[in-house]
Amino acid sequence: MIEFHQVHKTYRTGGRDVPALQPTQLEIASGEVFGLIGHSGAGKSTLLRLINRLEEPSGGRILVNGEDVTALDADGLRRFRQRVGMIFQHFNLLMSKTVADNVAMPLRLAGIRSRSEIDARVAALLDRVGLKDHARKYPAQLSGGQKQRVGIARALATEPSILLCDEATSALDPQTTASVLQLLAEINRELKLTIVLITHEMDVIRRVCDRVAVMDAGAIVEQGPVTEVFLHPKHPTTQRFVLEDEAMDESEMHDDFAHVPGRILRLTFQGDSTYKPLLGTVARETGVDYSILSGRIDRIKDTPYGQLTLALIGGDMAAAMTRLQAADVHVEVLR
Amino acid sequence: MEALFSSLLGNVDWYEIWLATLDTLLMLGGSLLFTIILGLPLGVLLFLSGPRQLFENGPLYAALSFVVNVLRSLPFIILLIVMIPFTVLITGTSLGVAGAIPPLVVGAAPFFARLVETALREVDRGIIEATQAMGATTRQIIFSALLPEARPGIIAAITVTAITLVSYTAMAGVVGAGGLGDLAIRFGYQRFQTDVMVVTVVLLLVLVQVLQSVGDRLVTHFSRK
Repeated sequence: MIEFHQVHKTYRTGGRDVPALQPTQLEIASGEVFGLIGHSGAGKSTLLRLINRLEEPSGGRILVNGEDVTALDADGLRRFRQRVGMIFQHFNLLMSKTVADNVAMPLRLAGIRSRSEIDARVAALLDRVGLKDHARKYPAQLSGGQKQRVGIARALATEPSILLCDEATSALDPQTTASVLQLLAEINRELKLTIVLITHEMDVIRRVCDRVAVMDAGAIVEQGPVTEVFLHPKHPTTQRFVLEDEAMDESEMHDDFAHVPGRILRLTFQGDSTYKPLLGTVARETGVDYSILSGRIDRIKDTPYGQLTLALIGGDMAAAMTRLQAADVHVEVLR
Repeated sequence: MEALFSSLLGNVDWYEIWLATLDTLLMLGGSLLFTIILGLPLGVLLFLSGPRQLFENGPLYAALSFVVNVLRSLPFIILLIVMIPFTVLITGTSLGVAGAIPPLVVGAAPFFARLVETALREVDRGIIEATQAMGATTRQIIFSALLPEARPGIIAAITVTAITLVSYTAMAGVVGAGGLGDLAIRFGYQRFQTDVMVVTVVLLLVLVQVLQSVGDRLVTHFSRK
């Protein structure tokens, strides 16, 4: 468990205090994948780096599994960092070392001398990330996705309980992003590792995170389970992120629907209800007709969901509404 | 053919040339060794104490910078003469190979230190951050990350410094250091023996070429591209 108690951070540049993180209260449960989303400068990178104190907090306390990280001395901090893995947007691998030596580095730094022990660990790690044939290559000979896999193997070398991901997929193409995210989800599941990741893409949150916090101007403006925040965004910043992900322009959408007759609804299905034949049943029973204006059926991590914008025409409108609301579906009337 | 060769190079005493070449190589090797021993830590210190670095320390950086700049702004020929009492103090003589090495080192080490500082600045900050995140001590950051990553740059710096030292050794002839430069000045210039001049210049040229190509090869090898 990672706890932030009134943690804040102020930078001093050019004689002026610039707040990077407002006093923040946050709890990240053990074993969950927690996402922090925000635009650049929103403070998410600062928040992430406060966890392993690559950034020193200006105030407040950070507890990791009950241990006050903010109170650690230099030696304690180094031992703590050896239990926290971290991966980076630009991978930050040592170009002068082979893949195997990069992965072995945290082990050597932690004082493990036994060659056979290091070799065995490195081989197992490279096997896990699917790079066992690349051990003797140098990072410059690998693709971006492969480099990030080396980064992941390196971060896992000391068997940490926490993995921090700093925009880990932002430099990768969509396909590679998907495979790296899949690997992270796998690691989270199998090693019961707590993952904290920061990103500016809602899609990354949707694919791997259990819970999410949305950051804006150095503060968390909304947080909760991803299904909740993604399907029912409340803060304007969150709404913008969700729309960006769906590549939809809301004003354009409303213009398009202006000449559509009838009542316009947005239905949100979640979990098992997603695949039930609800619309057909309701239409048959109440005599309303419907047309689907836009929609998306997808998954949020392991939860299937659907979100449809419909126009309802004719029939027993009131009965249809009651029937829909009675089902396990969230109904919003847009017009 | 042989007659033509010996009449063209009539003044050249090949034994003298051989001894002078040996002196030049000894001066170069000795001074390069001590330049690296002194200049590398100095360069690392300059880097670490520099602005926005691991051990940012304004006054220390300013002081080191000042010393380095002063030594670098002295023309080597002046340094040679100014250094004589100090040289005698540590080597017992201001003459020959031993007498030349202290001024060569003092002349080249600050230059080399600056090049090392620049090479270290080229190392991606992200790599330092990643190493910190692994829980490395400062010593580990320097020896396991910074120096290996800067290795190609440092080798290039050694190459440039070695070539600079070749030209310094030639000047060191002025204070009786011996070597190819000394030969060129005493015979080629002062006794108008152009053939001696040509031979020494060609030998110095070959030496510089060899140093440069070995250095380039090592840089390519350690760049791991």
